[in-house]
Amino acid sequence: MKIAVCVKQVVTRDWPLRVDDTQAWVYDRDASFEMNEPDAYALEEALRLKERHGGEVVVCSAGPARVAQVIREALARGADRAIRVESDDLALADGCVVAEALAAAVRQEQFDLVLTGLQSDDQGFAQTGVVLAELLDIPHATIIMEVQISDGRVRVKRELEGGWFQWVAMSTPALLTIQSGINQLRYATLKGIMAAKKKPVRVVEPETELAPRHKILALYVPEKAKATRLINGPPVEVAAELVKVLKEDARVI
Amino acid sequence: MILVITEQRDGVLHQASWEAVVAAQQTAQAVQVLVVGAGQTKVADDLAAADVESVRMVNHPLLAAYTPDGFIEAIGQVVTAIEPELVFLPHTYQTREFAPRLAARLQRALVTDCVAIKRREDRLVFVRPMFQGKFVADVEPIGPKPHFASFQIGAFRPDAVVRGSCPAAIQTHEVTLNAEMIRQDVEVPFQEAKQAVDLTQAERIVAVGRGIKSRDSIELVERLAAALGAEVAASRPICDSGWLPMDRQVGSSGQTVSPKLYLALGISGAIQHLVGMKGSRTIVAINKDAEAPIFEVADFGIVGDLFEIVPAIIAALES
Repeated sequence: MKIAVCVKQVVTRDWPLRVDDTQAWVYDRDASFEMNEPDAYALEEALRLKERHGGEVVVCSAGPARVAQVIREALARGADRAIRVESDDLALADGCVVAEALAAAVRQEQFDLVLTGLQSDDQGFAQTGVVLAELLDIPHATIIMEVQISDGRVRVKRELEGGWFQWVAMSTPALLTIQSGINQLRYATLKGIMAAKKKPVRVVEPETELAPRHKILALYVPEKAKATRLINGPPVEVAAELVKVLKEDARVI
Repeated sequence: MILVITEQRDGVLHQASWEAVVAAQQTAQAVQVLVVGAGQTKVADDLAAADVESVRMVNHPLLAAYTPDGFIEAIGQVVTAIEPELVFLPHTYQTREFAPRLAARLQRALVTDCVAIKRREDRLVFVRPMFQGKFVADVEPIGPKPHFASFQIGAFRPDAVVRGSCPAAIQTHEVTLNAEMIRQDVEVPFQEAKQAVDLTQAERIVAVGRGIKSRDSIELVERLAAALGAEVAASRPICDSGWLPMDRQVGSSGQTVSPKLYLALGISGAIQHLVGMKGSRTIVAINKDAEAPIFEVADFGIVGDLFEIVPAIIAALES
């Protein structure tokens, strides 16, 4: 089983984000970056499928040169090799542009399974994986919580809303977008980190200039839905004040 | 004209479909509604009560159960034939599965998870969260029409729908489908073993998120809940880690709650969580990050270290 996993590099979850001078993105020049969390679950699922069924896991990422960091991380966790599509324009690109760039880079490899996370923690349009399936002309299913493979077919447990699920089966090759929590993530071992340095990384450039499908005109802090009453002070005073307002003002305890 | 693609399962309309109809009514004069299935006339009749130009039904045995391939093909044929200016959808899990591929096949823009619409001269701009709700962005779709937009559940009020003076016309739209087009074999949806915990009935809920840092600290949360007479709940990452069972999860993939008191501990307030709890009567947020989106919906906020504040609250309640 030959599996591709597409991962995105995003700003670290705890990074204090500020809107940049363009007023349309965040100031991320000095930020620390990490693997998009749902994509980390997709990678873990690919590694587990390989352990069960054999084959190869190839990690793919599209972005500026800095995405080499998440490629290294994925190789250290156990991916066999990597494809990196490099272009500064991909840093802010929309899902369609990223999917085009990835499709051109992976199409010739004839993967049996392509996995992505269900959405990114930064833009969060939840489109890249689904559009990639269209460009590769392979069937897809989304928000997957379990993957079973037998006889050239994949049977997956798809999460619906409100605690409902559904099993869906299709032939491979297929593309799945993976839900967070499908498995327990592994961390890179020292041995894995050392081994990663020798693993092959194919670096390619996007084949053509890709036309964006949308433009971010402005990025800003949302207006508050409610007036929040902030309670400040040392913990003991804050606690006493909170209990008092919950009893006397809100009357909920 | 705006075409609204509604969602139904076994003849039951997804309530978020009404919200997409409201978004369309507030954006344009001419609205048409599409029902995709195998003869869901009751759903079409219900929707015809809205003040819309028409309700279009696509009926085909291959559309009795939802599949991405079948729905993309059928809806693609309708959109191509009637050429709307805009296509609106509710941002449900089903939309998330088929809409990006539908828009890509038609080579059209799709802006997902929108919460509002703005006008800039003669153009429409869609407002949507970014960075897990820490920011919002004004996003303009690019390229030929129709542009597609999906709307976050709860962004528009379903009861704001404008009703028509008489029922809208219902017309059937023919599509050409064959079984080879549909590559997914779907089984009947099911619920995991009945939810052991019904959080929807709880009067008070203490919910915990990533800020709790370790499984060992869950005990602190349980003590606070006991002191408040509250149920313990969690955001998704806590359940993903196995620190609390899945049936304690609040949010789009868990339960939707509206207790008298919702106390959020170390929950940043990603939109997937907020949709499950923002209807609570009184919301208290305790978080070390003063800019966490949870404070946008909180009535009372405490910025600080929950490991110092929670024991103090327990002591205050017990004294």
